[in-house]
Amino acid sequence: MPEAKALEIKDLHKSFKFGFLGKKIKVLKGISLEVKKGEIFGYLGPNGAGKTTTLKCILGLLFPDKGTINILGSDHLSIKSKEKTGFLPENPYFYDYLTASEFLNFYSQLFHKQKTEDINTLLTLVGLIEHSHTQLRKFSKGMLQRIGLSQALLNDPEIVLLDEPLGGLDPIGRKEIRDIILSLKEKGKTVFLSSHILQDIEMICDRVAVLVNGAVVNQGRLDELVSQEILFTEITVSKISRKELEKFGKPLTHFGNKSLIQIFDQDKVDEILQFVKEKNGKVHSLVPRTQTLEDIFVGIVKQK
Amino acid sequence: MKIRAVALNTFKEAIRDRILYLLLFFTVVSLILSKLLSLLTVGDKTKIIMDAGLSSISIFGVLMAILMGTGLVYKEIDKKTVYTLLSKPINRNQFILGKFLGLIITLFIMMAVMTAIFIIIILLHSGTISWKLFVSLGFVFLELCLITSVALLFSCFSTPILSSIFSLSFYLIGHLSWGLEALLKKMNPGVSKVLTQVVYILLPDLENFNFKTEVVHNLSIQPEMFLFSFFYGIAYTFFILMLAMLVFRKRDFI
Repeated sequence: MPEAKALEIKDLHKSFKFGFLGKKIKVLKGISLEVKKGEIFGYLGPNGAGKTTTLKCILGLLFPDKGTINILGSDHLSIKSKEKTGFLPENPYFYDYLTASEFLNFYSQLFHKQKTEDINTLLTLVGLIEHSHTQLRKFSKGMLQRIGLSQALLNDPEIVLLDEPLGGLDPIGRKEIRDIILSLKEKGKTVFLSSHILQDIEMICDRVAVLVNGAVVNQGRLDELVSQEILFTEITVSKISRKELEKFGKPLTHFGNKSLIQIFDQDKVDEILQFVKEKNGKVHSLVPRTQTLEDIFVGIVKQK
Repeated sequence: MKIRAVALNTFKEAIRDRILYLLLFFTVVSLILSKLLSLLTVGDKTKIIMDAGLSSISIFGVLMAILMGTGLVYKEIDKKTVYTLLSKPINRNQFILGKFLGLIITLFIMMAVMTAIFIIIILLHSGTISWKLFVSLGFVFLELCLITSVALLFSCFSTPILSSIFSLSFYLIGHLSWGLEALLKKMNPGVSKVLTQVVYILLPDLENFNFKTEVVHNLSIQPEMFLFSFFYGIAYTFFILMLAMLVFRKRDFI
């Protein structure tokens, strides 16, 4: 039985006309991807790669030149698919003259009532229950991000599209939002997360697609993309001179009597440990460094 | 339900707009001034109060419709609130209708307040009110509906300043186009008359909604005129709203 698809994009093209002569700029150049039900899908790309344009096409805010988009088996523009979708835009702006509960109440009226979750439950989830009667114009950027997330979850959606959801948040706020996203996965929801913050993607996503210059250049499971092979090992030792360390690898820093050395040859790791022992030195730390998403990402972007 | 939600939100936004109260204040001032004006005039003072009062309500009502209507959709796009709103299960036509109705509700309430003050002033002066006054005010409101739809149409693709200029031009042309009708009667048959006729048909004729003279001078009004003006207003507003929906339906939100 084929795996159920939450989102399916096929050959998506979008271009914009600029200037007096209407010069055409291709922003999306044939994007195809599939997001399975119940997974957190990371949509990665540098600024200007076309991430937000893709999201706008999915939501019907932009009309693609070519291509098809299906959400949970229905056309993305259908009311049926919108009933099951939640969306948080980048840098969300809302009706600042409304209070938090007025705002959520307004949006809840756009859905079937029986699907609307209790507004107070949502405000509690995002930590804004104490501000339910505060006008949104008095909200900080982080609070706006939270109220934005609550409106995205208002209809208990099956798929949630998040555009840079962790941007502009402090470390505690980022953790809280990450936890909410992970709890959505636990509830069986699908999350499509667009971001250029790699650490966030690496921490929570099951699969990713890398977008560069309007085209998907790589996609797959994180553990498939990122090799578990050790690239190098960083060792901090003391009471050994810099000159003696040079034969094992590349000394990076020297502070007090401690030195940090980067070793690319794994056989040399055992050798240096033996050497330090013989010289009555001390090993303070040993960190094997595997490939990260950042390495892959930087490599791809540079290549392109 | 969805149209109602957007309309109520638009209404909430409009009644929290200071410009509305500023215009309401000026309307009240000019209504009171009409009473003072009548004291300086020789002749029937009630006619002066009614004429100046109806004109004040009409002009300030149009200003309310234009100044608020032109920002209706533009603000949603500019502040990006439209992104989340249209990602909900609401279609673009419902959004436009909701915005339109929200402002119409606001204008109706403002008209009701202005009318109440106007009637009090007339009653204090003459002690009687003609039913024709309400008919005239009804047509002022119908004109406001049309102007709102025009402002909304321009708001779908233009900035508030440009939309205000366009809408104001529509209003002025609409009140001057009757001159073409007079010209047509004097023109000899030919191509130029046909062309003038086409231009006259295409241009709005907002004088259809002007029953001030009939009310002030207590002239009789034929029912056909009422009916024609009523259906003209409804059809024109409907046509402009359809255009606004068409423009908005095709719009990309970059």
